[in-house]
Amino acid sequence: MVRYFTRLRVRRVYKWDGTPSSFDRKLKTYFFDSLNISVEGQPGMTTVTPGQYVLIEGDNEDNPFVAKLLKFFGDESNQQKKALVQWFVRVCEVPHNKKKLLGRSPHPQEVFYYLGHTCDNEIDAESILNTVQVQYVPVDAPFPEPGIKDTLYVKLSWDTKTFKDLDPALMQDTPVPASTPPRLKPASPCSPPAAALVSLGSVGRKMPTPDPMVMRRAGSVSRTRGPVSASKAGNNEAESVHSAAKLSASKTLSTKRRGSSGVTPGVRKKLQLSIGDSPEKIMSRKDGLCELLDEEVDSEKALVTKLNSSPRSLHHGYSLSPVRSDHRPPNSLGGYPLKPTSIMLDRLSPTALGEQDFSRATTPSRRKDSAMTAREPSLGVLAEEDSESSPMQLVVTSSRSKRKSAQLVASRIRKQLNLMGDAQELHSDDGDDDCFTPSKKDLHHSSEEDLEDEEVSKSEETAGKTTRGRLRRASTTPARTPRKPPSKKATPSTPRTPRTPRHATPSIPSRTLPARKPGNVLEEARARLHVSSVPESLPCREQEFQDIYNFVESKVMDGTGGCMYISGVPGTGKTATVHEVIRCLQHASDMDEIPTFRFVEINGMKMTDPHQAYVQILQKLTDQKATADHAAALLEKMFSNPAPKKETTVLLVDELDLLWTRKQNVMYNLFDWPTRRHARLVVLTIANTMDLPERIMINRVASRLGLTRMSFQPYSFKQLQQIITSRLNKVKAFEEDALQLVSRKVAALSGDARRCLDICRRATEICEHSAPQPSSTGLVGMSHVMEALDEMFSSSYITAIRCASVQEQLFLRAVLAEFRRLGLEEATFQQVFVQHRALCRVEGLQPLSVSEGLAVCQRLGACRLLLLEASRLDVLQRVRLNVSQDDVLYALKADRA
Amino acid sequence: ILRQRFCHQRLPEKPMGIESQHKHLLELLRRTAVHGESNSVLIVGPRGSGKTMLLKCVLRDLLEVKDVNKNVLQVHLNGLLQTDDRIALKEITRQLNLENVVGDKVFGSFAENLAFLLEALKKGDRSSSRPVLFILDEFDLFAHHKNQTLLYNLLDVSQSAQAPVAVIGLTCRLDVLELLEKRVKSRFSHRQIHLLSSLSFRQYLDNVILQLSLPPDFADAKFFEEWNDSIKNVSEVLHQVSVCKPSIKPTDLLEASRVCVADSKANILHGLSVLELCLIIAMKHLSDIYEGEPFNFQMVHNEFKKFLQRKSQSIYNFDKPVVMKAFEHLQQLELIKSVDGSTGKIHKEYQLMKLMLDHNQIMEALQKYPQCPTDVKQWALSAFG
Repeated sequence: MVRYFTRLRVRRVYKWDGTPSSFDRKLKTYFFDSLNISVEGQPGMTTVTPGQYVLIEGDNEDNPFVAKLLKFFGDESNQQKKALVQWFVRVCEVPHNKKKLLGRSPHPQEVFYYLGHTCDNEIDAESILNTVQVQYVPVDAPFPEPGIKDTLYVKLSWDTKTFKDLDPALMQDTPVPASTPPRLKPASPCSPPAAALVSLGSVGRKMPTPDPMVMRRAGSVSRTRGPVSASKAGNNEAESVHSAAKLSASKTLSTKRRGSSGVTPGVRKKLQLSIGDSPEKIMSRKDGLCELLDEEVDSEKALVTKLNSSPRSLHHGYSLSPVRSDHRPPNSLGGYPLKPTSIMLDRLSPTALGEQDFSRATTPSRRKDSAMTAREPSLGVLAEEDSESSPMQLVVTSSRSKRKSAQLVASRIRKQLNLMGDAQELHSDDGDDDCFTPSKKDLHHSSEEDLEDEEVSKSEETAGKTTRGRLRRASTTPARTPRKPPSKKATPSTPRTPRTPRHATPSIPSRTLPARKPGNVLEEARARLHVSSVPESLPCREQEFQDIYNFVESKVMDGTGGCMYISGVPGTGKTATVHEVIRCLQHASDMDEIPTFRFVEINGMKMTDPHQAYVQILQKLTDQKATADHAAALLEKMFSNPAPKKETTVLLVDELDLLWTRKQNVMYNLFDWPTRRHARLVVLTIANTMDLPERIMINRVASRLGLTRMSFQPYSFKQLQQIITSRLNKVKAFEEDALQLVSRKVAALSGDARRCLDICRRATEICEHSAPQPSSTGLVGMSHVMEALDEMFSSSYITAIRCASVQEQLFLRAVLAEFRRLGLEEATFQQVFVQHRALCRVEGLQPLSVSEGLAVCQRLGACRLLLLEASRLDVLQRVRLNVSQDDVLYALKADRA
Repeated sequence: ILRQRFCHQRLPEKPMGIESQHKHLLELLRRTAVHGESNSVLIVGPRGSGKTMLLKCVLRDLLEVKDVNKNVLQVHLNGLLQTDDRIALKEITRQLNLENVVGDKVFGSFAENLAFLLEALKKGDRSSSRPVLFILDEFDLFAHHKNQTLLYNLLDVSQSAQAPVAVIGLTCRLDVLELLEKRVKSRFSHRQIHLLSSLSFRQYLDNVILQLSLPPDFADAKFFEEWNDSIKNVSEVLHQVSVCKPSIKPTDLLEASRVCVADSKANILHGLSVLELCLIIAMKHLSDIYEGEPFNFQMVHNEFKKFLQRKSQSIYNFDKPVVMKAFEHLQQLELIKSVDGSTGKIHKEYQLMKLMLDHNQIMEALQKYPQCPTDVKQWALSAFG
């Protein structure tokens, strides 16, 4: 997976604002009132004060952690900036199976007050990204209608087991639970795999019926909340939690916006509110006013303060997912559900897609065919269409290759929008009468230009982001777009040239023709027998599988670290078994039976230098690139420091013996990290030799490796047979006897499953070529297998000797004769050559000159039938046979006969 | 035309005598190209047995199939050129035209390149990416690279569900598999195609005639016939001459064959002075007496003196320094070689030397030597000086 790290690109500078407000003598800490965050290279800064809600940098860049600041403090040297926070948990951070407890589908912008104790309350102040709004919503009250970009809602608390109603008092008073002493936080229920899923570009969308199962299956992280059902007519809002993504473009954007806001003084205040946000916010503000005045006031205030304090600050967060549209008279909404389709593509800012028409328009944009249907005015059809097409979105997303087609679709959508303009107009007019107040309309009109800008830039932004991420999405266009004249809609559409990804993903140019599918039974069998085809299960390794599984599972469960050493001759399924274990564990952690973990694999053979191991591990863990030394230091830090919300890492080191260095520091580190208290690292090492620890490791390394060893025995013939049978999986291509022969042969020699499969594959080829025999059954029979075995195992020497020229054969005989004479296995060329001449005379051939004799000798040497000394020794070079004398005799005799 | 045929290594229309191997390899590569199946194969055969010719023929045939043509990437590596993995890797990236290649330059360190290439190969899967044919000439030399990283990775790719590759190794070593490390060996599919000239002499001859014959559409028809007739005659001669040594490949003319088989050292002997010849004879006697033990100048000189005394003729009575000079000359011609490399310490006269000539060679040379003094000859023939 390619990640783009916007965050890394921007360096923030953190500074305490003002002087310390208080000083704790005991702890020698200063307490501060506020913190200034400024982004390097950008004017302006954000000031954060305790009591505000902030976004905190987490593993997942789309969904930063949310927390409320309680206190700021730093040490005397002002080196460290710490903050005490009260965590909030996002929906996506709640494990999947616990989501059921909620009893309803969560609001995408909903957060939960976190009561668990597994997370450290003390964080590094430098991880604060930006402020965010958090609103308290009474339990039984509906969520505020229009989602606001930077606003999150709190209704319930979450203590890792259950959801509870949140005491409003908790939310209101600023200092919440006493500042707990800094301690490390163990298992973190937050940042679950789900979060990782998002970045894969999952699409969170709302289904007509909020079936949690369906949604889970779709892997949608951002749950959107219930559709409009008759009973919940007043309660349907869709918001998506928005993720902070910084784009430099946004800055210019906000200035622009501000500029235009000055033009219309009447709406100025509202526009000010909207600065840094999209105009939807205003909308939502308005709507909010209608319903939830009290909270509204609070948040407005908060917003104002935020805006005031950071008027020019970079707009880190983009969340515009206020998709909303309730309040619609039931007639306009009719029976069909609202589809806010909050699409969270990768790191994209959430998409706000409010109007069902619009969401539909976007949805189909992914698929051409559905786009076509979407044009049809019949809304009922649309609703259906939508629900059909939405599951397919998943399929379509996240494929970079689709980018182009998406661009195509984008233009198509524009057209479509024009077409739909009328219907939209009608529709929204119908729909909004009570929620869209006239004043707002005014606002819209007066700031139409503004909006236009807004939308252009926004769509550009999203486009940019999307292209970087995956798809070029045509419309993040918020609900309001239809209000604009369709003609205008066309203007915003100068698609920004997709930014070339920073990391060019290397790829083999794709083939112009699709690979042909296997045609007949034999080809099918061959495909299955190829080593690369992944078997469904690994037969004959159940015991080993179980052992490794138990080992890793227990370590992951306990959050401890450990090492395991796995040995076995090549081709016995070591790597395959470990991969299978990891697959199962990942499945289990998806099902939330065990905590999540990360899996990192390195291969000693695939790196050029043992120290590259650090680089690779670091890169796979964090996507950073560093030099070996630097990477080692970073990893060292990572594994030895307690970090918040850390998950267990499972590290697979293949071909361990190649990581050997003279000082063995690579191995030492690899085995030392798991023993650290905070590391939570499980290391599985694989090598061929059983006694590797004793043989090459120095004591301190070997002792750290521990005693958890496992050795894979070579397969017995029965197992090999079973493997082939299971691979073939009912494809009838082999005769039973033939299989047995192969497996017995291989088991007797090496027990290498790869070899076994190769032989079978070769046998199918031979069978295929000799196919047109009337007698043969079309199956691979004994004869074919025999032939394949002969090819693979027969020594080529004898045939080579037989095919050698007359003089070469004579020379070999001379060598033999000379050996017999000397009683040694070695002779000089001179001695052999004397014999050779004698033989020539016996055979009645013209004797060779010395140069020719040497040439003959060299040819044999090149084939490695003879072992020769360096040729500069000339006639004195020593000659030795590389084949046994018997073989030579046999070959020569057979030749005679 | 003939010169063109021999010198420019034009591919024959049809591989001779290796039809089955040709079919096998073609089938194998076709499967890689069309079905996206990864394969690895070794072509083993002594030098000059047509390994490269076979491969080129197969590739040509393969590329004639239209849909394969644009579908396959080829990477040619030679163990003599790409002497370590680093260079080989750069060459691969260059030949694959991967993305981070600007011009002919590949950036990045060795490690990055490796990771990059692996990443690239991993990206592809069986059906989507174009098959890559890796052709490793002098495969055995790749096996000498450190850790055999390149081989391991290539073969590993061929054994796992990544981009389809075909690894084709060409080597003349029969024991090349023993050179591979066990895990590398396990990943190799153990397909070997042996190219051994199992031709009978008749076939061999036919082959030669075929190669030498001019194509029938040659401009001058008369010349063409004459030529072909003469070719047949020549091959008759060749038949008689080379029946004993087909090991020496096409010796198309008797003269050429004589040049080919001439013994370089015997020629050198002809150019020696009498004194030097005498020295060599003395050495020969010495090595007869001591059964191949090394000798030094002093011993040779004594032997030579003995000869002189016996004959009591003053013609050859040279001073010692003159003899020494002749001795050094012989050493320069590498007819004698010092036993151990350390020449500096020991005094020249006592340095141990070995004769690099055979008795027969010496005798032969003596026979042919113009105006060789008879007594020298007799001395050479006599068993003990």
